[in-house]
Amino acid sequence: MTLLEAEGLRTVYGEGCSACLDATGPAEGTNQCPHCGSVVACAEADLSVAAGEVLGIVGESGSGKSSLAELLALEHNPDATTGGTVSYGDRPGNLLDVDYQTRHDLRTGEIALVHQHIRDGLTLDFTGGGNVAEKLLSAGWRSYADVRERVEELFAETEIPLDRMDDPTHTYSGGMQRRVQIARALATDPDLIVLDEPTTGLDVSIQARVLDTFRRVQREEGVAAIVVSHDLGVVRLLADRTLVMRHGRVVESGLTDRIMEDPHHNYTQTLINSVL
Amino acid sequence: MTEDITEAGPAAVEDDRDGGTPVPTDSVSVALDTVQGDGLAGYNYAYLDEHTKREVRRAMLKAVAIPGHQVPYASRPMPLARGWGTGGIQASLSILGPDDRFKVIDQGADESVNAANIRRLAERTAAVETTTDSTAADVIQTRHRIPEEVLTDDQILVLQVPITDPLRKIDGSDAANRRRHAHANYGKMWVHLYENVVEYGEINIAAAYPVMVAGRYLMSPSPIPRWDTEKLDDADHLSILAAGREARIYAVPPHTDVDPLAFEDREFTVERFPDQACHACGSSDTFLVEVSETAGPEADDGTDDESGTDDAAFETRYACNDTSFCAKRRETPDLPKDHHLDRSGVDWGPATPDHGDGEPRDDLDSEAGASQRGDST
Amino acid sequence: MTAIAVDGLGKTFDMHVLDDHEVVGLADVSFDVREGEFLAVVGESGSGKSSLLKCLYRTYEPTAGAIHYYGDDRIVNLATCDDRTVIAMRDGTIGYASQFLEEIPRVPAVDVVARPLIEDGCDTKTARAQARALLSRLDVPEQLWDAYPATFSGGERQRVNLAQALAPNPDVLLLDEPTSALDPGTRRAAIDLLETYLDESTTVIGVFHDTDVVRTVADRILVLADGRLERIAPVEALDREVLVG
Ligand SMILES: Nc1ncnc2c1ncn2[C@@H]1O[C@H](COP(=O)(O)OP(=O)(O)OP(=O)(O)O)[C@@H](O)[C@H]1O
Ligand SMILES: Nc1ncnc2c1ncn2[C@@H]1O[C@H](COP(=O)(O)OP(=O)(O)OP(=O)(O)O)[C@@H](O)[C@H]1O
Ligand SMILES: [Mg+2]
Ligand SMILES: [Mg+2]
Ligand SMILES: [Zn+2]
Repeated sequence: MTLLEAEGLRTVYGEGCSACLDATGPAEGTNQCPHCGSVVACAEADLSVAAGEVLGIVGESGSGKSSLAELLALEHNPDATTGGTVSYGDRPGNLLDVDYQTRHDLRTGEIALVHQHIRDGLTLDFTGGGNVAEKLLSAGWRSYADVRERVEELFAETEIPLDRMDDPTHTYSGGMQRRVQIARALATDPDLIVLDEPTTGLDVSIQARVLDTFRRVQREEGVAAIVVSHDLGVVRLLADRTLVMRHGRVVESGLTDRIMEDPHHNYTQTLINSVL
Repeated sequence: MTEDITEAGPAAVEDDRDGGTPVPTDSVSVALDTVQGDGLAGYNYAYLDEHTKREVRRAMLKAVAIPGHQVPYASRPMPLARGWGTGGIQASLSILGPDDRFKVIDQGADESVNAANIRRLAERTAAVETTTDSTAADVIQTRHRIPEEVLTDDQILVLQVPITDPLRKIDGSDAANRRRHAHANYGKMWVHLYENVVEYGEINIAAAYPVMVAGRYLMSPSPIPRWDTEKLDDADHLSILAAGREARIYAVPPHTDVDPLAFEDREFTVERFPDQACHACGSSDTFLVEVSETAGPEADDGTDDESGTDDAAFETRYACNDTSFCAKRRETPDLPKDHHLDRSGVDWGPATPDHGDGEPRDDLDSEAGASQRGDST
Repeated sequence: MTAIAVDGLGKTFDMHVLDDHEVVGLADVSFDVREGEFLAVVGESGSGKSSLLKCLYRTYEPTAGAIHYYGDDRIVNLATCDDRTVIAMRDGTIGYASQFLEEIPRVPAVDVVARPLIEDGCDTKTARAQARALLSRLDVPEQLWDAYPATFSGGERQRVNLAQALAPNPDVLLLDEPTSALDPGTRRAAIDLLETYLDESTTVIGVFHDTDVVRTVADRILVLADGRLERIAPVEALDREVLVG
């Protein structure tokens, strides 16, 4: 069952002009329009995610991965002009056009985003538990015992030491903060989690733990995910299917192992060969 | 009052667009001379010029129309420091007319210097009568308390507000908080309460307890004790909350739902004084504060928690914080808080005595509530 | 009953990085496999054995031909069906074990093996028990079961990998040199397991270098040379030297 289906997704930073789309992309070798200077962060992107499926998005820095992910996570970016259609589940209409309240409800319920930058998603003065509780409380939970129990459960699930639950989040290590983000994203049992660079800023040993935790929980809960990473290893480990982006466009998509072992597009071959 | 005081009215405004009588400005001493004597020459009725009063009234109307929403207004400098009730004074002076009776309370006491000064300002500039009797006042300006006696739909309560936004303790950015109000996005406030329970086992907010107004706006009721908070819910009177420094006015119109934020399993509770009664009038159903017997005139705020410096000579006793009601109770023990109404049994704060005919009120926590309600009328 | 019918299968790699050089992995390969049959794929290095298995698993996308899989209720062309169908079939219908264990960091051996079972709906306890049984039958020392395979020897890892592929008992099992790093003793154990653990109806297509293994387990042998099918015949019909890759 398709959970999310997106067509013609576009994020442009700047004025934009009629030549923007033609003048950018992999063939032009740039994401910046030479006529008006706007950055076409992503454009003409089509994708779909099935229930419980993990979609990977790979590409070099600046290729538009976060822009695409934020669009899908209904993150509103005031600097950008966006376009495209996203249909979601049985919901009628374009998800990108919903009003604030609906977007807020979706973001506290069905769709969760784990930010690339830890600080975007967490209130560091709150306790780790408080950051996770916020999601539940925003979704209308009003029993303290229920909130507390769910937070403990999520801490256990994401392997954050329970005895740190009531410490301020700024006293947590980067890996713990990342896991708080994941716990928070999982809190209200979303259908879809958008995970932007889950390993950024973590040292290698912690990376593995975070990824493994996410992988296990994702499968146990059957939650669909979009995992953005410039690290092919991350995507290989987590994603069923993968999109490859370059200069704001999707250049190739397919089964993750197929992308890794039988890359078709020129750029994908370069990308794979530069890693292996 | 002298005829120098301009009556509020269209004519006065028409012939003087600046809204006041010109003050000679040749020299400071000339100006001072004019101001001396009765001290009122050169001042408009109720001190503020008519434009300012209108601006404040407009803000109040808007505040009434959007209960709990903070409405900005052009706060004026007042003849006392900001933070000393300048918002409350502007609100009071904007609605007082010569026929009104005015009461000012500072933390329950009519006699504090600040309350007396504000009362005198209104007396002299607005030609109002003043009173200490809560039931006799048309407008009551107050800091940190709501009177023990039930307010009616003829009365307006003006609460002085030092900090308008309950969200500020969670996020210092007013811009971000305004967005939260616009979207009724109060998750972070709830986290604050959650962390309170984590730390103290209960929600530990002594005063200015955050409330939801009409199910829409989160509001600080000003630093009134929890004891008073529920008096705002479905009240007969209008409450105007005004901040001078922050230039914001908000309101709770009569019969508006006011719900303290709390968890289903950590309910809102009021302060309790188990087994204590006012040493002066014997009340156990009023908001009591600790007083030190020998501490003399400066003991007024009940914040003496100095167990380290204790001295057997200081006996801690309790007294009503609402001094004017305490005086009435001394005359008439068991005087109900709704004694002046033509109906009785009006809920007003915790443990209204004539409500106590057996049925427990559900907002009282059981163990403390029982000891508070031994009496009946 | 035919389980898989391969028809005119071809796989050409477009090497953009090498000036658009084309590499032929497979060309015009056609054969059928019966349900429950054990087909051994042999051939020299570079002859296309791994490419064939990867095409069947769709890790490689075929550039020509068809791979019809005959399921209970449908026929799927694995060469062209959409990605989601492939994902669904990998979940219990088609299993694959390469020569190398693809490591999942920080997952102990027993969980590597149990995971496919759990994902199949088995409860954790039963899945772990079954995983331990498999590891035990493959002679993986017990003290390693709860350790991370990253630190294992080549042969130990290979056995974990094989156990993982066998555990869910798929309808079709693709094995690419699953015993290459094993000593004769453990190889024997692996072969025993292949013969006894799997259902009668499990179809196995496996690449083996070892003649003895092929003779023991295979029903038929498919010989590849330069990406083309040289011949396919019952194991009895082949003489020894052909088999030595
Ligand atoms: N707020 C912004 N204003 C202007 N340009 C922006 C803004 N955010 C992103 N961009 C530009 O859009 C393009 C795509 O950025 P994006 O963050 O989506 O890339 P990315 O693939 O996530 O990169 P990384 O791997 O470094 O996170 C880049 O050229 C970037 O400079
Ligand atoms: N991903 C790939 N990209 C490019 N060429 C490939 C790829 N995979 C295989 N080939 C080529 O296809 C041919 C067949 O390779 P394959 O790996 O199938 O051989 P094999 O029979 O498994 O060999 P071995 O016994 O050494 O494992 C070889 O020429 C190889 O270089
Ligand atoms: Mg990014
Ligand atoms: Mg091979
Ligand atoms: Zn008293």
